[in-house]
Amino acid sequence: MALDSKIPSGPLADKWTQYKNDINLVNPANKRLIDVIVVGTGLAGGSAAATLAELGYNVKAFCFQDSPRRAHSIAAQGGINAAKNYQGDGDSTYRLFYDTVKGGDYRSREANVYRLAEVSANIIDQCVAQGVPFARDYGGLLDNRSFGGVLVSRTFYAKGQTGQQLLLGAYSAMNRQIGRGKIKMYNRHEMLDVVKVDGKARGIITRNLVTGEIERHSAHAVVLGTGGYGNVFYLSTNAMGSNVTAAWKAHKRGAHFANPCYTQIHPTCIPVSGDHQSKLTLMSESLRNDGRIWVPKKKEDAEAIRAGKLKPTEIAEENRDYYLERRYPAFGNLVPRDVASRAAKERCDAGFGVNKTGEAVYLDFASAIERYGKEQAYVTHQDANNAALVKKLGQEIVKTKYGNLFQMYEKIVDQNPYETPMMIYPAVHYTMGGLWVDYNLQTSVEGLYAIGEANFSDHGANRLGASALMQGLADGYFVLPYTIGDYLSQDIRTGPIATDTKEFEEAEKNVRSQIDALVNNNGTKAVDYFHKKLGKIMWNKCGMSRNAKDLESAINEISDLRDEFYKEVRVPGGEDEYNEELAKALRVADFLELGELFAKDALTRNESCGGHFREESVEEDGPQKGEAKRDDKNFTFVSAWEYKGAPKDAVLHKEELTYENIELKQRSYK
Amino acid sequence: MKLTLKIWRQKNAQAKGQMVTYPIDGIDGDMSFLEMMDVLNNELINKGDDPVVFDHDCREGICGSCSMFINGEAHGPDRLVTTCQLHMRKFKDGDTITIEPFRAGGFPVIKDLMVDRSAFDRIQHAGGFISINTSGNTQDANAIPIEKADADAAFDAATCIGCGACVASCKNSSAMLFVSAKVSQFALLPQGKVEATDRVMNMVKQMDEEGFGNCTNTGACEVECPKGISLENIARMNREYMSASMKG
Amino acid sequence: MSGLLKSSIGRKVAMALSGLFLVVFLTQHFVINLLSVFSEETHNTVSHFMGTNPLVQFGLQPVLIFGVFFHFIMGIKLELQNRKSRPVKYVSYNGGANATWMSRNMIYTGLVVLAFLGLHFYDFFIPELIHKYAENHTAEVGDATRYYAETIHKFEQPWRVGIYVVSFVLLMLHLLHGFQSSFQSVGFNNKYSKALKGFTTAWAIIIPLGFIFIAVYHHFNQLPH
Ligand SMILES: Cc1cc2nc3c(=O)[nH]c(=O)nc-3n(C[C@H](O)[C@H](O)[C@H](O)COP(=O)(O)OP(=O)(O)OC[C@H]3O[C@@H](n4cnc5c(N)ncnc54)[C@H](O)[C@@H]3O)c2cc1C
Ligand code: SF4
Ligand code: FES
Repeated sequence: MALDSKIPSGPLADKWTQYKNDINLVNPANKRLIDVIVVGTGLAGGSAAATLAELGYNVKAFCFQDSPRRAHSIAAQGGINAAKNYQGDGDSTYRLFYDTVKGGDYRSREANVYRLAEVSANIIDQCVAQGVPFARDYGGLLDNRSFGGVLVSRTFYAKGQTGQQLLLGAYSAMNRQIGRGKIKMYNRHEMLDVVKVDGKARGIITRNLVTGEIERHSAHAVVLGTGGYGNVFYLSTNAMGSNVTAAWKAHKRGAHFANPCYTQIHPTCIPVSGDHQSKLTLMSESLRNDGRIWVPKKKEDAEAIRAGKLKPTEIAEENRDYYLERRYPAFGNLVPRDVASRAAKERCDAGFGVNKTGEAVYLDFASAIERYGKEQAYVTHQDANNAALVKKLGQEIVKTKYGNLFQMYEKIVDQNPYETPMMIYPAVHYTMGGLWVDYNLQTSVEGLYAIGEANFSDHGANRLGASALMQGLADGYFVLPYTIGDYLSQDIRTGPIATDTKEFEEAEKNVRSQIDALVNNNGTKAVDYFHKKLGKIMWNKCGMSRNAKDLESAINEISDLRDEFYKEVRVPGGEDEYNEELAKALRVADFLELGELFAKDALTRNESCGGHFREESVEEDGPQKGEAKRDDKNFTFVSAWEYKGAPKDAVLHKEELTYENIELKQRSYK
Repeated sequence: MKLTLKIWRQKNAQAKGQMVTYPIDGIDGDMSFLEMMDVLNNELINKGDDPVVFDHDCREGICGSCSMFINGEAHGPDRLVTTCQLHMRKFKDGDTITIEPFRAGGFPVIKDLMVDRSAFDRIQHAGGFISINTSGNTQDANAIPIEKADADAAFDAATCIGCGACVASCKNSSAMLFVSAKVSQFALLPQGKVEATDRVMNMVKQMDEEGFGNCTNTGACEVECPKGISLENIARMNREYMSASMKG
Repeated sequence: MSGLLKSSIGRKVAMALSGLFLVVFLTQHFVINLLSVFSEETHNTVSHFMGTNPLVQFGLQPVLIFGVFFHFIMGIKLELQNRKSRPVKYVSYNGGANATWMSRNMIYTGLVVLAFLGLHFYDFFIPELIHKYAENHTAEVGDATRYYAETIHKFEQPWRVGIYVVSFVLLMLHLLHGFQSSFQSVGFNNKYSKALKGFTTAWAIIIPLGFIFIAVYHHFNQLPH
């Protein structure tokens, strides 16, 4: 099947308006006759479920947590972008569009990104009306901060809990519809397969996590807002339950998986402390507004610090290497994430790392505290030369901005970041890859949609900070409700979809046999053993920098590990009860397939772009020497993989990317 | 560190549960409490036993899933943290730690340490929202300025993670702190004022129907709340409720 | 409005208001008792006024009795309901870690005070009724000077004074939580709350101590010298 992105014709700025004028609508009376399944209640799924229900469709929503409010989106910290230009600093829809395409290293679809930028402003209006308490200034108007890779302040935030506030907004919209009976909510349900009838997605198979019951659910369309798959690395900033299962099962039913290797490794996370580590904690990018990143200039200082003989505060200013400011004077500490992460890795690999493991750099707030303190002292007519006072005032300001993050850090590391610099290191954070979708957000399976982090659509090879929340809500509130309506308009006469058909039966049998096999496997090793091992392979060979040799060996190792998994995994407990090990085993089984496809994709893309850095593809000389080198001639396409059995047999389809409005350039942040 | 764990084990909602003792060794102060539980579970699985079931997801104190009653306190002895943020450095070698589920009639046990908190969801269905439609055709976000103090107070109330520690700690199993946090968030914002009367009446009604106890102002909830939600919110809800009943 | 007392918040506010009313009553009771220390005559005058004024007798007194009963019955009812709201108890519950002893034991301090009130009714109120109605002394002919003697007479026996002291200590504990808590219940929690808490605490300590002082004073004062 050829890939058709279904991008509407016409000038970029008019496409979406034109599209909305042209699509078919479903009249309100008929919407009542149509069911839609939404899997996932994060920002994408939650906003979609609420909006579809409000439009009049019968929505069935699913999540594996005990409440929609606990979806992983809740953890997002820093903020959400929108081209409001409230700060009057030159922002516009076009600039947001441009920054996103450039940030994504010219590997995203122009039309999708433009639409995203276009609806972004509406998101903020919508959320404020819902009662989302964004940060405000003393005039009572909304405040903004700045995120990496851009030169304007367009990020709206609610302290370090923006995702929480936005998700609670979407959750409240859902609650209203649940209360009205328009959404039927299925908590603690895990989707384990998609059911296709006559080529169209018509339902899903789920497992009730509490009772173990396998259930069939039918609908006229299925929407997946099931999030990203960063947990293929075992350690990531994702929630423990984040998984690829829903997307992977869709892939197995014919949905192409796009750009699986595009992973975002976030530069500012709390470093790994030991083998017991179960997950990593992000320190929001917003901290780079005020924190300065450095390592010691002298190797012996770094060694002394690692040995515990020297404190960071004892290192004189001239002996510190603020390497981002040194290498990228224009953007300094606010270079995009991929650039900042690689730079940290480079310094640590060169022996300048600052914690026990040598894998950490400093994020220092001392100068921000001083700057804010002085400012505050002036404003309040106190003595700006009194160092202790300035420090105290400065710390208070920093606390109002990032208090919860600092507290989180202190609880985990047991050091006070107001007094000594934070230690940070890159960690897996977000996956730009995901299910391939067209302009309508429909996957290559008719009637099956993917929204939010689960799709690949808007961020190219690298996502800018504060853009995932924007995308999730844009998809759910403002895009999908139109595009799915166009599709559902064919279904007003279909009537309810029966679940006692052979397609449902086959899918259910499929799920049951997988579960039976796992529960009765009687192996010797716990699921985590395999997951950790997979994570190590992924991190070492498909992590921040990749090369052909490692990728090839990763493919083999993962495939071997998968075989071992099916032989040796042990799942205690039964099928008909709450069984977390079983749920984990089902997820890890899919990660073990995805991981291989991931490596294969990375191997195929023999260029460096965004978060994907191939050691074979770096600038050899000139001012950009040593920086990533993109290969636009050969790789300006989306890799969409078609499932053909084992991951190694997956077939690559290329969606060529054409840039009509933006000129492809070397991404320079110097 | 070497520790003795006494953990509530209960096969399912109907079964009778009991405390079971597990010795555990090799615990590092840098581990989080849940990572310590992972170590235990790994040992149990390797021995062929059922691992201890508990809710968790984000492991960074924001999703509100984790919910353990540790040594007689919700989320354990540390303050302003969830169970997942509690670190083992708070304990000493040789300590005995009792671990129970959050207990309340409104939170029936599902298995081991996992409880059913859907009552909280139902309270929110009853009124935890502002009835605007999600079309985005609302007025500009800056059309109504909101005093910073009010916006900040609304935010503080809105940071509740719905964990239920307030209910678990309260000797009366009262859910007032949770409900008042939501009522307050909306009551403080102009957008929320429109429906304030119905909201508070409906949410309190649902709260009572769920079988939570009555608030006697012991303040235990505020102390144990991982997000520092203040009792002021309860006072505000009492006011809102009284004035709503006068109107209604 | 009608369903108000069925809701948890309505009941809580009612508890607070009845409690506050009892606080006011206690204050005036204390003042009258205190007069007995300073002047037998004033004490008698005021007592007589309270005992015979129709507004007090037929207006305030029933309200007071209703308030007392309401406060106790509602308190007990709420307590029973609260106990039911946690059907399976904790094996280990460290209540002291997050709430004061007073706030957690209102039912016990309250019950002791209730028992004491029984005694108090038996000692003063019932004889008073008998005096007034059974023996048919009307206000006009009644002895307007009997109150002082009756009062101090009750403080003769040490066991009575002992009970009195213990009860008031428990009342103190009850008030230490109850008084300030009623403000929270009626929705008063703001920047003045700290000062208010100081006041209620002082009051909750001073008034019961005062009652105790009066009892002890009269006890020792009438011992044979
Ligand atoms: C720590 C952290 C901080 C971040 N900060 C920011 C930020 O400041 N700004 C920003 O823009 N982005 C941020 N991001 C990224 C952003 O939070 C996510 O990309 C985004 O929230 C994803 O939303 P989603 O709706 O697509 O999926 P999720 O929120 O991940 O939701 C997935 C949903 O799918 C359900 N689900 C998954 N699998 C199944 C299944 N098999 N069956 C049933 N249900 C299933 C889950 O229950 C859940 O409800 C951050 C991410 C992390 C990890
Ligand atoms: S008020 Fe606090 S303790 Fe109660 S649910 Fe919310 S966060 Fe948890
Ligand atoms: S696991 Fe999310 S708050 Fe603890």
